[in-house]
Amino acid sequence: MTSVRIFFVGGLMSFRALFNWMNPWIFVPTTLLGPITQILLFAYVGRAAGVGDDEFFIIGNALNYAAIPGMFAMTFTIGGERRAQTLGLVLTSPARRVPLFLGRAMPVILNGWGTAMIGIVSGVWVLDADIPASSWPLIVLVVAVGSLATAGIGLVMGAINLVWRDGATLGNVVFLVLLIFTGTNVSVDDLPGWMEAVGRCLPLTHAIEATRAVADGATWSAVSGLVATELLIGAAYVVLGLLALRWLEHLSRTHATLEQI
Amino acid sequence: MSRLRQLLVCYRLQLKVMMFSPFEGFLQVFFPLMFATAALLVYRVNDDPEAMLYAGIGAAAMGIWTSQTTSAATLVQRERWAGTLELVVAAPTPFAFVVLPITFAMATLGLYSVVAVILWDWWLFDLPLRVENWPGFVLSILMTTFTIALFGFLLSVTVVRYRTAWALGSALEYPGWLLCGFVVPLSLLPAWALPLSWALAPTWGVAAMRASAAGDSPWSELAVCLGVGLAYAALAAWLGVRLIDSARRNATLALT
Repeated sequence: MTSVRIFFVGGLMSFRALFNWMNPWIFVPTTLLGPITQILLFAYVGRAAGVGDDEFFIIGNALNYAAIPGMFAMTFTIGGERRAQTLGLVLTSPARRVPLFLGRAMPVILNGWGTAMIGIVSGVWVLDADIPASSWPLIVLVVAVGSLATAGIGLVMGAINLVWRDGATLGNVVFLVLLIFTGTNVSVDDLPGWMEAVGRCLPLTHAIEATRAVADGATWSAVSGLVATELLIGAAYVVLGLLALRWLEHLSRTHATLEQI
Repeated sequence: MSRLRQLLVCYRLQLKVMMFSPFEGFLQVFFPLMFATAALLVYRVNDDPEAMLYAGIGAAAMGIWTSQTTSAATLVQRERWAGTLELVVAAPTPFAFVVLPITFAMATLGLYSVVAVILWDWWLFDLPLRVENWPGFVLSILMTTFTIALFGFLLSVTVVRYRTAWALGSALEYPGWLLCGFVVPLSLLPAWALPLSWALAPTWGVAAMRASAAGDSPWSELAVCLGVGLAYAALAAWLGVRLIDSARRNATLALT
């Protein structure tokens, strides 16, 4: 029961603190304006280059932006605890680590999903793209799986943030890797072989592919393999993140660097 | 003479600080480099050399814009967090003369990014820069950098009372790349967006870069670019005094 409480209450409080108690001056530009402007930028690049259609760029960039809450929120949660000098208290508490950190990941997954969905809906509206009504329920599901997967990589980054302080730089670098390698703006099939191979091991690649297929009218059976692969990759990153958190927490305690800013 | 010395010392000091910061020294180059790569990957699909060159020239200047948006928006906030904002404001040196060299130091990092993107495009996309009028091209880059630094000056004083200005600065990044025509021709934008583009100095700077590369005269674009940039400076100087006075009157200068 305590673990359930830590999961829900701890996660929610941490999430609210992350945005300075839901400050709209941070929340709106970061999670609402960002995806829309990135979609517009690449949709127009696509138009200028005569490549793809607006729907291609709407989906790619909206899902890419789901990574922002997934990665930054987990990293900044740990960084924020450190700055507030509460990280030591959190980690010396008897709370089990799995609900403690997964609880912090849960609101972030919802946030990433919401960000991506707002990006898709507003992109479709602004650019007058056409996605059939029957595709939307599946899109909602696939985007949720993609957001879950990015929270996995966020856990890994949160763990790294226990020993490497510059979470903002790290988050941006990983975000850019996802932008280039996951088929956000160029289909992974059109990327050089080695880039495609890297992209296939990253979260979002399969979710983006599946969402585009669904928007083009594909059924669940046609994309279930892609969704399962995305889920598997996401789960692998969650496990890796939890193991890394355990190891790097131990390392930062051993070297007494936990609260070093 | 002492004013010039103050400006130079401030510029040199801030440049050194930024160059050792992973966020400003590394990311301000890496971020536009990767976005330029993403844009060029899209252009490469159709393998049109003219379109690639068009995008390559604009992509090279994306980093100058990036050097200002988030960094200039957080300039005052960083002083605030460091507890030095009151000292800077209370110093006999006018606030504008403290902010200006900082935004020019940021823009210098943007120049570094221009070189990095040109070399990167050459190496990764086999896209050598074909420029007919090199002096005009270099002057256009310098003018773009100069006016973007003035835009950073305007941005930093405008958000002096906005505590979470970094979020606004980040949100300006993509619209700037789009509206200034770095990688997209302005003719593709909707008509209502064009006045916004014209009000942004880099639009004219990038147009001058393209004119120079094509062997045309860049002077008219450079003149407009300079005019718009100087308008930013005048507006920033006027606003800066009023906003700082207001913050002092309301005792909100140091509030985080």
